This record gives sequence, C-alpha cells and structure tokens, in this order.
Amino acid sequence: MIRRSLLKLANPQLLALIGVLLINWLLFPNFFRVTWQDGRFFGSLIDVINRGAPVAILAVGMVGVIATKGVDLSVGAVMAVAGAVAATMVVAGYPAPIAVVAALAVGLLCGLWNGILVAVLDIQPIIATLVLMVAGRGIAQLITEGFIVTFNDPLLIYIGTGSFFGFPMAAVIALVLMVVVTLIVRRTAIGLFIEAVGVNRAAASLAGIRSRMLLLLVYSLSGFCAAIAGIIVAGDIRGADANNAGLWLELDAILAVVIGGTSLLGGRFSVPLAVIGALIIQAMNTGILVSGFPPEFNLIVKAGLIFIVLVIQSPLASRLAPPRLQPAAKVPAK
Amino acid sequence: MNRSLRPLLATALIFAIAYALAVMQFPSMFSTRVLGNFLTDNAFLGIAAVGMTFVILSGGIDLSVGAVIGFTGVLVAVLIAWAGMHPLLAFAIAILVAGAFGATMGLAIHYLQVPAFIVTLAGMFLARGGASVITRDSVPINHEFYAWISDLTIRLPGGGRLSFIGLTMVAIFIIGALIAHRTKFGSYVYALGGNPVSASLMGVPVARTTVAIYALSSVLAAISGIVFSLYTSAGYPLAAVGVELDAISAVVIGGTLLTGGHGFVLGTFIGVMLLGLVQTYIIFDGTLSSWWTKIVIGILLFLFIVLQRLIFVASAPGEKAAKA
Repeated sequence: MIRRSLLKLANPQLLALIGVLLINWLLFPNFFRVTWQDGRFFGSLIDVINRGAPVAILAVGMVGVIATKGVDLSVGAVMAVAGAVAATMVVAGYPAPIAVVAALAVGLLCGLWNGILVAVLDIQPIIATLVLMVAGRGIAQLITEGFIVTFNDPLLIYIGTGSFFGFPMAAVIALVLMVVVTLIVRRTAIGLFIEAVGVNRAAASLAGIRSRMLLLLVYSLSGFCAAIAGIIVAGDIRGADANNAGLWLELDAILAVVIGGTSLLGGRFSVPLAVIGALIIQAMNTGILVSGFPPEFNLIVKAGLIFIVLVIQSPLASRLAPPRLQPAAKVPAK
Repeated sequence: MNRSLRPLLATALIFAIAYALAVMQFPSMFSTRVLGNFLTDNAFLGIAAVGMTFVILSGGIDLSVGAVIGFTGVLVAVLIAWAGMHPLLAFAIAILVAGAFGATMGLAIHYLQVPAFIVTLAGMFLARGGASVITRDSVPINHEFYAWISDLTIRLPGGGRLSFIGLTMVAIFIIGALIAHRTKFGSYVYALGGNPVSASLMGVPVARTTVAIYALSSVLAAISGIVFSLYTSAGYPLAAVGVELDAISAVVIGGTLLTGGHGFVLGTFIGVMLLGLVQTYIIFDGTLSSWWTKIVIGILLFLFIVLQRLIFVASAPGEKAAKA
C-alpha cells in the first residue's frame, strides 16, 4: 500500500514540475535559496507557491466541473465580482469577516447560477458560463461604480499577503482547500459519482445518481473557489480592480486541470495533480521572467504545453504507443 | 413553420422593437449617418462572426478569433511599415498564414479527437503570444493605399456614408450566406453539426470539412484583422481582446443553435447589429457607463439561450430521455 502510493508520486506531472524547477535553477542559481526574514520565508520557490495559489484554488474548483465533461469560463469574472463585493463592503464600514462571508456567498451564488443553467436548463457548459463571463465584469464594475476600490482592512490584506507559520497565507489556503476537497471526493462516493456523470450522464442518472444535484454542487464549488481566489487577489493589491482582477485566469485554471491529467472528455480527474499543474504553470511564468524573456513569451510556451498534453491524451497516441505505455488505458486514479 | 426560423424571427423582432424604442427616445438615431456608422464600427466584429457562425453551425467553437485579429493587424503593420511591402501583398500573406493556422487547428481537432475549445484556446495563446513577440508596441501604418481606402465611401442622403469596410462586411455576409445555404460545403457543415456520426455514415468527408471550417474561420478572422487595421491605421498585439466572445454572442443572439445544425448566417448579421445598437444607445444616452454594455449583452445572451432551449426542448420529446 505504501509502496503503491510512493510509486504514484512518480507521475509525469510531478516529474514535469521538478523538471521545470531544475531548469529555473540552471537559469537562476539562487532559485532554491529560501531565507527567513521578518517572520516569513522568502525566495523564488516561495514566490512560485504564493503566486500560483490563486490559479491552484481556481483549479481545485475547475477539476470537478471538467470531470463532469463541463467547463467554467466564468471563474475570472466571478473573482472580480467577489473582490468587488469584499472591497466595497469593508469600505462601506462593514466588519471584514462579514465582507468575506458575503463575497464567498456571492461566489457560491454565481456558481449556483451556472449550475442551474447547465443542470436544469441543459445548456452547454461553455455557453452557460460564457453568460457570466461576459456579464460578470460588468456586474463587478457596477458594484465598484467603475473605480478601483482600495482599502486598508487588516484582515483582507492578511488573506492576500499575510503569512502563516512563515508560509504565504494564499498558499496555505490553497493547500487546505486542496486537502479538504480531495478528502471529500475520495473518501466518499462523490468522486465516483462525478466520474460517472462525466462518462455518461444519462447512464449515471439511470443508475440512480442524482446528476442534477451533483452538477449544481460542482459548479457551486467552482464559484466558491473563484470567490476565495478573488478575495486573495484583492487583498494582495489592497484593492478591487473590476477590469483586471482574474483576467484570463480561467484559461490558466483550465490549463492547470488539463496538465493535471484530468480528461476533458470527463470521467477521470485528480485534484492534487491539478494543483501541481497550477504550480507547473507558475514555475514556468517565474522561469520566463527571471531569464529575461518578455512575459508574452509565456503564451507561446503555454500553447505548446497544451498541444503536448493533448497529443499525449489523444486516442491517436494510445494507438501508436506500445500497450504498456498507453495513457488512456489507465483506470481512474483512486 | 420551420422551427429553426423561430429564433431568427425573435431576433429580428427584438431588434426592430429595440431600434424603434431607441429612435423614440433619440429621434436622431434614425438617420443614415448612424446607420452608416453601424456598419463601419461593427465591420470587424461582423466579419469574424461570419466565420464563427460556420464553426458553431458545425457544433464547434473557435476561441482564437480575437487573437488572430490582433496577430493579423501586427503582421500587416510590420510587413507594410518595416518591410516596405505593398498592403495588398501584406494582406495576401496574412490571409495565407491565418488559413494555415486555422487548418492546423482543424487537423488537431479532428485527428486528436479533442474538444474544439481547448485546441482553439491553444491557438489563441499562440497567436496572441506570437503577435506580442513580433512587437509589444502599436505599429502605425502610414501608406497612401490606406488613405485611399478610407476615402472610398459612398455618400448617402442625410449626411451618412457607407465606408469601404462596412460594405466589405455586408459582402462577406452575403457570400457567407450563399456558401452556407447554396453549396455542398454548406450542407456538410449543417450535417456535421446535426450529428457527426451519421454525417460520416452519409459520406460527408468529416476530416476535410472540419479542416475547411476552421481554416475559413481563421481566414475571416484575418480579413477582420485587416479591416481592423484599416479602421485604426495601426497594428497592436493586444487589439481585439475578447472579440471572440462578442462574435459568439452575436451568433447565438442571431438564432444559431449552439449544439450545431440549425441557424442562418443572416441571423448573425442581425445579432451583430443588435450588439451595435446596444453600444450606440449607451453612447447616445451618455449617462450610462460603458460597463452596462457587458451586462446587457450578457442578459441578451441568456435570454436567447433560454429561448432556444424552450423552442427545441418543447419540440424534441426524444431528448427528454437523455436527461433526468
């Protein structure tokens, strides 16, 4: 049992992460140096974890959605909405905990809305979540009245930039969320149900799974995670920027999930690997930045990465590859 | 009545009512000047939306169009301003590059059997990144050909003018409608969107058609990028960010069914005009902020999606078995 879980650690995603980190180390010899300063760790490695946290949190929510053969394009916009809600509420004088709870509730509501469109009205997920992706930023603008709302609330700033036993708060939140969600989906039957719905919703329903409930659940979780990420990002810059908060992060989140080996055709997913996927993306970002390439270069690298993952995942590759290397033949990782 | 006509009629009706209401509030909106600007200002969106219509009719999606518009703008600007090429040659090169780009995406979608959105997402990153690697600044275009084209307008009674790019859009819509409804390729697209398995059993060349659809979408996005560069006289790598979403919205509002197989190219035209009307109204009103545009487009999108569901679920009882 222990040997099996050790073997599972040696998966392609982890090796890729180690590979990217090693390349960064070659480009930038101080990459792994972590120092202790002002009661917290400092260093490029910590920076990767810290900066990767929002995408990792989005990826935790996105995994469930993609596992049901869906996708949630609205997470970036929901981040902006949640950040706007939290910021305007503390500025208006509400206590910070209430503002945080309200922002999380709004995120949950946004997710529920997506879930209703997908599960009850049977709209394709791409389009159902597109509605909120387009309208969400407008709603966020409406909340902030077009301004970047800045605040000095200690709790919100702590969520964005604080440290917990020396580690960045954002990363700690991401880790806790990952562990909790993994336990929920893997220690109960929910994960299995999600996979069943992803493989064949009609069959899952006939087998007695309440697929509609389940879809509402995964989209709500995605909205909730987006709200957490939105609060972190707002706390990080001490303000809510309705236009730019979470811009294009939905794409990074989808990419992280896909790198994490979750099948876009539904039915196979892994929460921890998606988080590792988010870290791979961030490690590449950091690597490109420290090696002096323009940040736009990142987009090309990401495109290449998507392409490689798609080729590996495709049925074509499994037909060409010798049987023991078949990636598609794997039973869903438990 | 043909049920795929119903969303189209609904769109046309909503556009007529919305326009009438807008004119009642601001009588000056009913002028050839406003109508002419409608066409000019939405030309690049309209051209991209024609390509998107074909993609969505076939049951796919193309998220790369905005990035291809930006890339084409930069490529054309660099070829003209830095390499000293004639604009027409630069246009031809840009269209060829985009065609190859779209065909590659089509090949990947067909042969790797992956969802279109993730392939075109990679295409979006590639095109946007490629444009930014060529240049990170706005490249101005000062060529007599550009000046000549922007002077090429037809004056209308009432002070309005039909610009060359506005007329280009109208022409592309007409050609697009003819291709969709009068050619073999058009019927292949509808067949593919209706049901890819039965389409292939009926002898539709699925691989060739898929490649052609995405190549067409990218070529139209390139033409849209050229029009955009004529409109702004510059190429900028971050131009037209998010145009793919507007194009998808226009197609959906225009009554094309998202699952593919039903819809009209001319419906997309009304969809584009409706989006243009929202924008123009907000400019005319002056007190509403521009972010209302996004909210109104979101609401319209939602209404039309629900409308489609109601029409198609009500008339297709067989689908009920698949849900629960």
